[in-house]
This record gives sequence, C-alpha cells and structure tokens, in this order.
Amino acid sequence: MVVTQPGDLHEEHEHEHVHLPQHRHHFETEEQQREAASFGMWLFLLTEIMFFGGLFMAYLLYRNWYNPAFVAASHTLSIKLGALNTAILITSGFCMAMAVWAAETRKRKALVNFLGLTNFFGIAFLVVKYFEYAEKWHDSHIPGLKFSIADFGKLGVDMAQKTQVYYSLYFAMTGMHALHMIIGIVLIFWYMVRANRGEFTEGYVAPIENFGLYWHFVDIVWIFLFPLLYLIDLGAK
Amino acid sequence: MSTIVSLPDQSTAALPKRNYLNAEHGLLSWLLTGDHKRIAMLYLISITGFFFLGGAFAGLVRLELLTPAGDLLAADTYNKMFTMHGIVMIFLFLVPSVPATLGNFLIPIMIGAKDLAFPKINLLSWYLYLVGGTFTLTALVLGGVDTGWTFTTPLSTHYLNTHVITTGLAIFVAGFSSIFTGLNFIVTIHRMRAPGMTWFRMPLFVWSNYAASILMVLGTPVLAIAIVLVVLERTVGLGVFDPSKGGDPLLFQHLFWFYSHPAVYIMILPGMGVISEVIANFSRKRVFGYTAVAFSSVAIAVFGFFVWAHHMFIMGVSNYSALVFSLLTMLVAVPSAIKIFNWSATLYKGSITFETPMLYAFGFIGLFTIGGLTGVFLGSLGMDIHLTETYFIVAHFHFVMVGGMLMAFLAGIHFWWPKMTGRMYPESLSKLAAVTTFIGFILTFFPQFILGYLGMPRRYHAYPADYQVLNVLSTAGATVLGVGYLLPILYLAWSLKYGEIAGSNPWQATGLEWQLQSPPVTENFTEIPYVDYEAYDFEWLAHKQKQEVTTVG
Repeated sequence: MVVTQPGDLHEEHEHEHVHLPQHRHHFETEEQQREAASFGMWLFLLTEIMFFGGLFMAYLLYRNWYNPAFVAASHTLSIKLGALNTAILITSGFCMAMAVWAAETRKRKALVNFLGLTNFFGIAFLVVKYFEYAEKWHDSHIPGLKFSIADFGKLGVDMAQKTQVYYSLYFAMTGMHALHMIIGIVLIFWYMVRANRGEFTEGYVAPIENFGLYWHFVDIVWIFLFPLLYLIDLGAK
Repeated sequence: MSTIVSLPDQSTAALPKRNYLNAEHGLLSWLLTGDHKRIAMLYLISITGFFFLGGAFAGLVRLELLTPAGDLLAADTYNKMFTMHGIVMIFLFLVPSVPATLGNFLIPIMIGAKDLAFPKINLLSWYLYLVGGTFTLTALVLGGVDTGWTFTTPLSTHYLNTHVITTGLAIFVAGFSSIFTGLNFIVTIHRMRAPGMTWFRMPLFVWSNYAASILMVLGTPVLAIAIVLVVLERTVGLGVFDPSKGGDPLLFQHLFWFYSHPAVYIMILPGMGVISEVIANFSRKRVFGYTAVAFSSVAIAVFGFFVWAHHMFIMGVSNYSALVFSLLTMLVAVPSAIKIFNWSATLYKGSITFETPMLYAFGFIGLFTIGGLTGVFLGSLGMDIHLTETYFIVAHFHFVMVGGMLMAFLAGIHFWWPKMTGRMYPESLSKLAAVTTFIGFILTFFPQFILGYLGMPRRYHAYPADYQVLNVLSTAGATVLGVGYLLPILYLAWSLKYGEIAGSNPWQATGLEWQLQSPPVTENFTEIPYVDYEAYDFEWLAHKQKQEVTTVG
C-alpha cells in the first residue's frame, strides 16, 4: 500500500483525458460523479417520502377513526378540478421526461422548449389549485380561519366537527405538495437559462436527470393524494 | 508518548509547509471553502460556542436547585433555562458534534477519497446549522421559549405565549443541516471508497457514522413535518393535533419520538465509532469481532426505529403496544452490549497505554454502561411508571448522552487533534482534564439517580428540603464538570501555537489518515491509495516501520 506524500512543490494535476468543465476534482471519473449525484438524489427523495409519510400516517389514522366525517368532507371536493389537475400534472411529467431525453440526445432547443412546457403545466396546476382553495374559502371550509359545519348537519355536531381534521390534512398535504411545485417551478426557470447557454447538452446531464426525478416524485405524491383525498369515498354515502 | 519510538519523518520539528490550513488565506477562503477538513473546523468552532452557551444554561439550572426555595429564578425563567439548555445541547451540539466535526474531517480520508461527494452541500449544511443557531438565539433574545425541548402539544400550540415558532423554525433548518450531512456521508461511503477499500476493511468509525447517517436521513424529515404542523396550528389554526377539532395531541408525540428516540442513536453511534478507534489503537489490537461490532451499529440503527413509544408508556398507549415497545426497547441493549463486550475483549491481553483519549474512552465505557443499564430499568413497564418524569430519567439520559457522547467527543478530539492541527496537546494537563471531567460527571449525575428514585420530579424550580443534600452534591459536581470542560478549550487553544510538532503518526496508528502528513493537504491524496490490508492491522504497521528504519539506517 502506497500513499504518495505531496512535496513542497506545487504538483500539477495531470489528467489522462480531457474532462468536461463540470467535472470536479475530487471524483476520479465522470461516471463516478454522475452515479454519486444520482444516488444522492434518490436518498433525498427518500427523505421526502418520510416527510410526506408523517402526513399520510395522520390521514390513515384519522380516516379510520372518523370515517363518516371523512366521507362527507371528501364529497365536498371538486373531483372535476382534481381530475383536471391530475391530467395537467401527468402532461407536465411527460414534458419533463422529454426534457431529460432532449438533454441526453444533446438537443439544446428541444430541452429549453420541453422545460418551458413542463413549467407551463406546472403553473397551470397551481392556478387550478388556487380556484379550489378559493372555493373552500367561499364554503367556509378552512379550519382555524373560516370554518362552519353547516354543510355537515346530518352527521351530528360531534362528527361534523371532525371534518376539520379532514380539511386540516387536506390543506397540509396539498399545501406541502404545492410548495414542492413552487420550488420546482423556480428551479426550472433557472435550468432554462442554463440550458439555453448549452450547459446540459454537451454530455453533462446529471442536473436535468436529477431534477427530472424530483419532478416525477412530486407527480407521484399527487397520484397518491388524488385518490386518497378525492376518490376513495366516491361510492360511500 | 515516551513508550513510542518516533518515525523517521517526525524528527523535523516544523509543520509541513503546505497543508489545508494555509492552502488559501483570508476569511472568505474559509467561508466559501469546499474542503471537508475546513468545514469540519468551521463546525468545531461553532459547535464549541453553542456547547458553552448550553452549558451556561445548565449552570443556571443547577444554581437555582442549590436551595429548595425558588429564589434565584422565577418559575417561568427557570422553564426557559432548561428548555434552552435542552434545545441548544441536543440540536446544536449533540446531534452534529461527532459527525459534523470528526466525521467531516475523517470519513473521506479514512476511505481514501479526496473529499465528500457533495462539497457545496456540505458547506450549505454548515450555513443551515448557523441559521438554525441564529433562530435559536433570536428566540432567546426575544424572551425565550418554555415548552421543554419536546414541544409537547397542546402546550406548545395553544397554551404558551412564547417563541415556539422561531424555535420550531430553528429546529427545522438545523434538521436539514443534519439530513444533508447524513446524505453526503452515505453517498461518499457508497461511491467514493478507494480501490481495495471493501466494506469490511473500513474503520469502525466509518461504519458507525454510516449507521447514524441512515437514522438522520430517515428520521429527521418526520421531525420536520411534526414541527411544520405545530407551527401551522399556532399560526393559522390547522387542527391536526388540536382535540377541539378532532385532532390528537398524542399523534404529535408519536411523530416527535419517531425521530427523537432514534436521535439518541444519532448522537451515540458516532461516539461509539470513536471509542472503537481509540480502544483498538491504545491496546494495539484489532477490534475483537470487527464484523459483529460493524453490524451492531446497523442493528442499533434498525432497532432504534421501533422503540419510540416507550416515551409514552404513561400517556395512553394501549397495554398491548406498551408491552411490545417494552420488549423492543430492551432488544436495543443487545447490540449495545455486543459493542461493550467486544471492546472489553479487545482490551484483554492488549498492550494498553493510558494516553488521554484512552482515559476518555474508559470514562465512556463506564458511564455509558451505567446509562445503558438504567435504560433497561426504564424500558420495563412497571419501573417506568414509578420513575418517569423524575430525576432518574434526567440522570439516565445524561449518563448516556453526556457521559457517553461527550466523553467520546473529547476522546476523538484529543485522538485526532495532532492530525487536524499538526500539534500535540500538553499531556499532563489533558490527563488532569479527563480525570476532572469523570469525577465531576459522577458527582453531578449519580445523586440524581437517588433523587429520582426518591421521587423528585424533573422540571420544577423548587423542591422539598429533604432533597437538598443530594442537590447540593449535584451542583458541586456541575462546577467540577465545568472546570473539566474549560481546561481542554484552554490548552487546546494554547497548543495551536506552542504545542509540540506531532508528525504524521504520533500514535503509531493504522488507518489511512495516519499515513498523510499532519495537517493533510487540500484534497488529501495526490494519488488515490490502493488498500490491500485489513483495518487495525498493527502487525502490518510494525512490519512497515521496520522496513523504513532499515532503509534509513
């Protein structure tokens, strides 16, 4: 085993082959750097799963306890708007996948365009969400700020009060999801500027690939939220 | 030191001309650095600052308890003091201490990498730590927070009119610092090991930090969401924990302890890694049952996730789940005991020398064993109901976290100080500090076991006069302990300028870090090493030195 000790002379870094400008010195190869970045992103998504996991656990627990309240409250959500948003989000996920493809096949123009489309649908999702929230405000279904149990009279006062837990979770979960969308949208604008400079279409695709993972994760969270909040009690009265 | 023959390259009494400390100059070169060793030093300085702040709160708490009457601090001031003590010590000292300083410095070197996988994220996590610290200080300046460090609802969401939101934000941000550190370690250990550095050739310090990182990455987000929900309940009145809206305060406790019990292992596992290194080195033997010790770290991490509800035995979990959690809790004792037994077996027939790190390591073993065994008492249902929320608990977790973790941190700082700074610390003073700390610790916390057993509740600023003798002993011990902590910071600072030049391997230790110059250069290795020997192979080292001596001679 030999460890070379650096002398007092400044030794030059000799590279056997030409590196991309984005290659960092502490990685031995570009492959290692790409793998590390991807692994890091998957781990980060794991922390995100744990983050949302707390909310999902609370939802399952309370849904079990206060089933009638959850059924009644979920019927007040607009399935039309929810379904529209699901379609919008899946489309934006498709555009993101195309953006990754464009980066990998080194198509600069296509990359910028697909990122733009992803962002357009992302913003459209938030606009629809805004209308949904406005509807909740109008119906006085916002616990803590503006809430009345008028819509749930037939449940009895006790159970009707429990709909507040449902709406608390609805706002916590969709709000947290929307926050992730907003962060993603801001990042896409930044990536669009950099993509336009041609940064990601010369073989350095890790940021786009990893952002793609993030965006798909946000999609997947919604894919769980939509049935859990909107659809699950569709058949129940 | 006298027993160890110097290596040939140690005779030159000057620091290497080029090292990571003088690679670049100016404050900005530190504040924008990507070098894991410099970030480790930044952490060391800031963490030490917060440690003494937290210590000052502890001092006030102990002073108040000197007399039975609540005469020094008013009840709410006292509540704020122990809350700030807990928050600062746990979130700003114990959780980041070993991973962020020693782990940051050593993990890349120990596995033969030039840096952590994500240097920028590493620097970001230091800034997040500082932002968290600043929020905590802001809460303090604005008037403090008195929920206790556990933020128990509905106390924190409805009844206290203090700065819960600011402190919650502090913990949220500091939590991200911890998540990013853990993530960085896991990726580095998986992807950046030097050729030949297999999983079972890694030093046990790397293993234990790996296990702790898993806990950080999986546990911290759950704390984050629990804190977010508390803040949302306080600000806009969401009702996830609020009983009047159908929520359940106990859910908060489940979410909180799902992180905060594993957090105990986030604190203690890296410390155990330090102890493995120190014990192996100062008994000149490979750690007995290396594989078992490595796996026991992972086992502690896994079991650590299944024991949280023992914090809620008296708060309304069902008898059946209490029984299950009681059994699971005791199960954690098994991997912990594996470590203790294997360290003892390593010491057996070893060539033991009592250098300062070894003294701290012995302190760790003694105190952690007491802390761990009293944990088994508390895990037993019946005992827990008698002892919970008394000073027995306080003594128990201080034995584990202060007696264990802090001893390990000091052992590690002394052990790797020559590597980090290139200079030795003064030997006799450091031994005095180690002994003072140990005596001070026992004197402070042992009386609290008795107090708890006699029924003195925690979190009260006044108590019946019967308890005074033991409380006076405890406060006296805290003073001794304070001296034990102040000494190292004084002589370590002194050694930066006047300490003896350490040379590359003052302990004749194995491990890649000891084959680099002290302090190492930026990027550690000019050529990535090929590792073809096992960890703690002292025979290999002796063989290598023999060769070098013959070549020089």
